Amino acid sequence: MTFLGMPAASLTGGNLDGEQPFPEAARLSVGNAQLRRNLGAATHTIRGKRAAVVSELPDWQELRAAGAAIKDDVLANLERYLLQLEQQVTARGGTVHWARDAQEANRIVTDLVKATGASEVVKVKSMATQEIGLNEALEQAGIEAFETDLAELIVQLGHDKPSHILVPAIHRNRSEIREIFLREMPDVDPALTDVPAALAEAARGHLRRKFLTAEVAISGANFAVAETGTLAVVESEGNGRMCLTLPKTLITVMGIEKLVPTWRDLEVFLQLLPRSSTGERMNPYTSMWTGAVEGQQFHLVLLDNGRTATLADPQGRSALRCIRCSACLNVCPVYERAGGHAYGSVYPGPIGAVLSPQLTGVDRNPSLPYASTLCGACYDVCPVAIDIPSMLVHLRARVVDDKREQHRLPSPEQAAMAAASWTMRDSRRWTRALRAVRLSKPLRGWRLLPPPLSSWISSRDLPAAPAQSFRDWWTEREKSRDE
Amino acid sequence: MRVALFITCLADGLYPDVAKATVGLLERLGHEVEVPLQQSCCGQMHINTGYPREAVPLIRNHVDAFAGYDAIVAPSASCTASIRHQHGEVASSIGDASLIASTAEIAARTYELSEFLTDVLEVTDVGAYYPHRVTYHPTCHSLRLLRVGDRPLQLLRQVRGIDLVELPDAESCCGFGGTFALKNPDVSTAMLADKMQNVLQTRAEVCAAGDSSCLMHIGGGLSRLKVGVRTVHLAEILAST
Ligand code: SF4
Repeated sequence: MTFLGMPAASLTGGNLDGEQPFPEAARLSVGNAQLRRNLGAATHTIRGKRAAVVSELPDWQELRAAGAAIKDDVLANLERYLLQLEQQVTARGGTVHWARDAQEANRIVTDLVKATGASEVVKVKSMATQEIGLNEALEQAGIEAFETDLAELIVQLGHDKPSHILVPAIHRNRSEIREIFLREMPDVDPALTDVPAALAEAARGHLRRKFLTAEVAISGANFAVAETGTLAVVESEGNGRMCLTLPKTLITVMGIEKLVPTWRDLEVFLQLLPRSSTGERMNPYTSMWTGAVEGQQFHLVLLDNGRTATLADPQGRSALRCIRCSACLNVCPVYERAGGHAYGSVYPGPIGAVLSPQLTGVDRNPSLPYASTLCGACYDVCPVAIDIPSMLVHLRARVVDDKREQHRLPSPEQAAMAAASWTMRDSRRWTRALRAVRLSKPLRGWRLLPPPLSSWISSRDLPAAPAQSFRDWWTEREKSRDE
Repeated sequence: MRVALFITCLADGLYPDVAKATVGLLERLGHEVEVPLQQSCCGQMHINTGYPREAVPLIRNHVDAFAGYDAIVAPSASCTASIRHQHGEVASSIGDASLIASTAEIAARTYELSEFLTDVLEVTDVGAYYPHRVTYHPTCHSLRLLRVGDRPLQLLRQVRGIDLVELPDAESCCGFGGTFALKNPDVSTAMLADKMQNVLQTRAEVCAAGDSSCLMHIGGGLSRLKVGVRTVHLAEILAST
């Protein structure tokens, strides 16, 4: 199957872009001292744990290469593997549904829940369902969704948005969580403390009744094995396993890129994922299921939502290798200061900056490819070796091309870039331009400059202009040597 | 060995002392340095801001200017990385076979200063004297694109009189990022604030690095704070006697 020439993503619904461009949203979060503290502490802790367990494995680089190669094979042969998966799941009693975008996926899931007659569902932590805004869609249909992952529950009870892929409530600290629980849990002990064990216990009490009564569970999937039709969820708390096993109906929403070809391939990813995400050698719970067991129903919703459009870009498609470990978020100096909400999408941080604009089309997320200093820390830690910095640079060119197409007149930035290119491509022009810099001598004292240069002097002094450019000095020196 | 200096546009226009120091150092080590004046800019700013098309004439000019040298030395990790990794990609994207070949040829002979000294000239003691308390910031592109490792520190450790102090959280980005500093001034400033705090913690009088661009950012911030800490390029320390 070739995806080239397919239309760019045109999505309906979903939580993949924000109301504000990144720089504006980030301005607010950078000014939030509490958020900066919470994030700084949390990301540095996970960063250290990851580094320690990764350094234990002598073959880490080989594992990374294997992870990348397996995912590249999946992406190159996606149609074949998807059809194989569908066949295997169906043969084992499951039902497979195909969803083009968020709206379609939400409709499929809502209809499936309605058909069971249930008005409540329990949910396993899942990025795909956050991506499509499933909870909101269910709510509109009069169905209440209960998040069972602790961090996801904190976000839901706080009427908040996730700000991290693995730890959606990373922007909250213990005392904030205690306040949310006291406010939102009807049956909570009013003497609740902010000791983590006490908070976890409160959540457990709150959720237990739901596990026992829920008829329907909704999950995502970390992996799907095409060869056997097996789905896998990897987690720390065990709440996911309760959802996957207790209710009569299980609905799984999964992005079409989550496939691995064979059972053996899981060996690679079950090493890469926990070490990269939580900094553990192994995650506490790995649940796998194949089709439906007797007396239960299993539905698998395969979600495109911009993924085939992403696949169409040869320089962008490796973003679909991502296994959502969040290692790139934890090392990102921009994420650490700006926080996840500034990215506007459920996928924040470096992977969000390359994935969200591709899923939505760059016109809907033009500021995200620029939300990086290109420091390269993300690429170093990514367990499937996605070269995020190079991809960001590529997407910036796509943003510029898109803007060129939309506006007939060049923007000030385009004009400046064209002028710089014209000056610098010719050494005579360049030499003259450098002399002009020298004439503007008091450079350092300048306090008033037009944007975007005004943002430089808001926090930094300009360098003093030198008396002479290097090339003029050199030319003089050469002359005096010849004499 | 015919050695050429790639001045870099920033050093040419704003930090000529960095280029002078590079020349002085290489000459002191017994090498004649040529400076082809046809050179201007590697085009990194254009490429990284989304304007690879506008970078093409700069890349063409660059490969023309530096044809025929055995080694091209630049006092910048960032520009070296662009030449090594990006020029070929831009050439491929426009499908220009001769440009692909010439960018590959130039890339293979281009070295960042600390690489050239330790790998090509195989010296770590360059005979420098610098009696100051110095902390070294390893720039992102030197660390993660060029993988220079501890080469700059090997060089600095041999400098007489230097009091070299380790920078806490050294490998974190300073927040410059080219046009990032202008497009995302708040995050850039927040990153800079943390970097400056770490620099100040060392009680160093000088913060050194191998990229004038990052130093312009860190130095601009330190100057604004009026804390009396200077930024100095690695080349200037190594050239000093
Ligand atoms: S891009 Fe790589 S590091 Fe980031 S979440 Fe995905 S797999 Fe993990």
